[in-house]
Amino acid sequence: MRTDSSTPPVPFLFPLALLLAALLAAPAAPALAQASEKASIILQWLPQAQFAGYYVAKDKGFYAEEGIDLDILPSGPDILASDYLEDGRADFATLFLTTGLQRRESLPLVNIGQFVQHSALMLIAKKSSGIKSFQDLDGKKVGLWANEFQIQARALFRSQGIAATVVPQTSSLDLFMRGGVAACSAMWYNEYHTLLTYGLDEADLQPLFFNDAGLNFPEDGIYCLEKTAKDRPELCRMLVRATLKGWLYAFAHKGEALDIVLGHMEAAKVPANRAHQRWMLDRMEDVTMAEHVPMGVLNREDFQRVVRALTDTGFVDTAPRYEDFYKGTAQ
Amino acid sequence: MKRYPIAFKLTFLILSCAFVIVAAIVAYNYISSRDIILRQAEDNSRLLVAGTAGRIDSVLSGVQKVAENIAFSLEDATLSKQEILDLNRRVLANNPEIYGMAIAFEPYSLQPDKLYFAPYYFRSGGRIGFTMLGDAKYRYFYMDWYQIPKEMGRSAWTEPYFDEGGGGVPMATYSVPFYRARDGKPEFAGVVTADVSLSWLQELVGSIRLYDSGYAFLLSRHGTFITHPDENLVMNQTIFSLAEERGSRELRELGQRMLSGEAAFTPIGTLLSPKDSYMFSDGLNFGGWSLGVVFPRDEMLADVLRLSKSMIVIGIVGFVLLVLVTVGIARRITSPLRELSASAREIASGNLDLMLPEIRANDEVGDLAESFKYMKTSLKDFIRDLTSTTAAKERIESELRIAREIQMGILPKLFPAFPDRREFEVFASIEPAKEVGGDLYDFFFVDETHFCFLVGDVSGKGVPAAFFMAVTKTLLKVVAERNLDPGDILTRVNADLSSENESCMFVTLFLAIIDIETGETRYANAGHNPPVFLPCGGEPEWIPPLGEPVAGIMEGMQYSTKTMTLKPGDLLFIYTDGVTEAMDPDGSLYGDDRLMTLLSADKEPFAPKLVKGVGEAIRVFAKGAEQSDDITMLAMQFIGKCAP
Repeated sequence: MRTDSSTPPVPFLFPLALLLAALLAAPAAPALAQASEKASIILQWLPQAQFAGYYVAKDKGFYAEEGIDLDILPSGPDILASDYLEDGRADFATLFLTTGLQRRESLPLVNIGQFVQHSALMLIAKKSSGIKSFQDLDGKKVGLWANEFQIQARALFRSQGIAATVVPQTSSLDLFMRGGVAACSAMWYNEYHTLLTYGLDEADLQPLFFNDAGLNFPEDGIYCLEKTAKDRPELCRMLVRATLKGWLYAFAHKGEALDIVLGHMEAAKVPANRAHQRWMLDRMEDVTMAEHVPMGVLNREDFQRVVRALTDTGFVDTAPRYEDFYKGTAQ
Repeated sequence: MKRYPIAFKLTFLILSCAFVIVAAIVAYNYISSRDIILRQAEDNSRLLVAGTAGRIDSVLSGVQKVAENIAFSLEDATLSKQEILDLNRRVLANNPEIYGMAIAFEPYSLQPDKLYFAPYYFRSGGRIGFTMLGDAKYRYFYMDWYQIPKEMGRSAWTEPYFDEGGGGVPMATYSVPFYRARDGKPEFAGVVTADVSLSWLQELVGSIRLYDSGYAFLLSRHGTFITHPDENLVMNQTIFSLAEERGSRELRELGQRMLSGEAAFTPIGTLLSPKDSYMFSDGLNFGGWSLGVVFPRDEMLADVLRLSKSMIVIGIVGFVLLVLVTVGIARRITSPLRELSASAREIASGNLDLMLPEIRANDEVGDLAESFKYMKTSLKDFIRDLTSTTAAKERIESELRIAREIQMGILPKLFPAFPDRREFEVFASIEPAKEVGGDLYDFFFVDETHFCFLVGDVSGKGVPAAFFMAVTKTLLKVVAERNLDPGDILTRVNADLSSENESCMFVTLFLAIIDIETGETRYANAGHNPPVFLPCGGEPEWIPPLGEPVAGIMEGMQYSTKTMTLKPGDLLFIYTDGVTEAMDPDGSLYGDDRLMTLLSADKEPFAPKLVKGVGEAIRVFAKGAEQSDDITMLAMQFIGKCAP
């Protein structure tokens, strides 16, 4: 299993609660005084517990408490969340850090809150195929999700000289299950468990974590255009604050959080089952609660590591300064 | 040890056996019926699954053929766009089991300037709808139905899915890749898909009912519930996620077994049903899907249980009847026995006139009662006989007592017999073995100076001997009157006795006549055992027998007379064989030697003392043994002038 995400979350609940309290204390009164401000956020994938914090904050009224009338837009395998930012269909988007950095080259976006501190993106092979490491993927077909989800893998392949044939992968794992690809993309909190619910045992699977290859990238963060961050700083702050509250509430009340998430999934006609979403929520807690950085904050060193990897592999030409890229409230 | 009545033992044993038998029958019936039902259920479910799978497979295989035929015809690169559309529409129209059909080309392959070309005809509200698949939101070539045949290079059924770009209903798609030659080599050009609505499958599988709550369900290749009575599971859960939700390792293993595609009849407990259930499952030929039929064990076994319950009820009723009958029989046997037992005690206490209980049973108990009645009657008769016999015996005994008194009365019993005679001392004793005896003695004066004394022993004992003895004694007395010759007296007595002696009785006799002045003693002996002569101060000696026979048998027998002289103090001791043949309890005889030793020991014999001493010695010797013969002794002591 992953080594860098096995951090027990409990010891950090206390400082996080303090942070939350600090965030909530000052602006609460003026926020309530304001009229509800309309805003929208696009999540980078189908509704699931990966976004439990957002759905919980919405359904529990945390956004409304902050004075935000937030519209949550789901996306899917063939939707680019950053496109929604670009053309203004959404005020905010959740993006991987890698995606955010890459898109910044053509789109002036900034990070206002970093939630997933550990990389959950991974590749999975079957033990029976004999693949034991990334190097064994050389010459094999590898299923990769489109767009930003490919950055880590392509960076790794490029840096390590692995010649793998990339097969575009959708939300389905069927092709991998039938042996059409030697390895598939997976999120630790999602597809890994999906494979278990297809009857494969953990002993059948060979997980390949990008962390083990020195590519531990923070993932989900909230992004918006520079302009939004500059013109509506209070909205950004309120959004992050309410989302954070949503996450803490979800981790503290997992049963209720799962009910909320499952409700959204059913509404979107996405195959849903509780066991899977519970696994996802548990793993989200693992990757969200980090030892080295407070919740919601983009760590400077993490940022620099990702930037270095992206520039080294040529995915990004010019790296932004941390101060320019990260406009979060807490630093 | 505790006492159990027969009725209890009988009832207990019979009922125990009956209970065991009934229980064994019920248990055996239940087990074997259950096994039969189980086998039938397995066969039924196997047939049901095979039939359903066959129906599904036949439809799927029809769909597959259609798609494969189109794929084959699409390898012809000369088909125009319109021809392809027409083909697509026509095929869909002619194949009602197909919900929708797409012919999707590789990007830019049909028209070099077009990324997407994928016409899709589908059924909608009884009409055939049409759409071109493929836009920025629906990049069809990333879809499973496209990727799988492309990457795998073969036809495949996709996992069931909701297709928003297509029909908007849950579907499964059969996709066939087709190839077109480019530079002489076949190159992947696209796929033909045929969609099957799952509602069709759901209805078919959902209509399967087994017993009351048995149901069937279909799993996809990866374990997703395609159909299940619980709508929440369908398309949402795999059997493995359900297992995880329930924390059931067994359910996960069951799912893995099902997906392996092997037919299996398994007891599955409560894994897939709230009740303890069995499942038959088998893989379908197409799609990699698995069909399972679950039916609760208790419903399956309901008939067996009902049968067993009926048998138990019948068994219990039978058991109760058996209890009543057994108790009745036991009572019928034991109550007469009890009555007879009470009667027996009553009879034993002497009440022979008791009315025996009336028992009419025509069986062993009846026989016993009859025997009892017979016994009672016999006892009564016997007692009556015994009473009269006893009375008779008592009468005889009393008569014998009188006879004894008479017999003893005829013997001189008064001693000293002649207190005024100093010349001699005579003493005698008789001890009959029975009431009356055959021994006799007598003494009397024949004349002034001659004194006759005798001892006799009649053969046999009892009344005949007593009579014979009385006759002999009387005869002797009469014959000895004025006759001084003992031999002559015996000759005469023998003549009288032996004439008309039909009973052949006889008597031994020793008769002596002493001259009480001189002491001269003449004697005769008819077969009597020799008396003992005790001379004054000398050793006692036997008086030698004369060798003459007993009296009473040989008519005309002449007896001789011998003579001896008694000196004063000399003593004659005459006795019957009852003395020497007296027996102790071991059967040994008193004997001549003992008698002689005893007589020798007395240095100063005196007639009464001597007779009493011998009598006492014999009594001591006999140690209480029953006296077998009359014991008679007579001692005649001549006193005269004793000159020691």
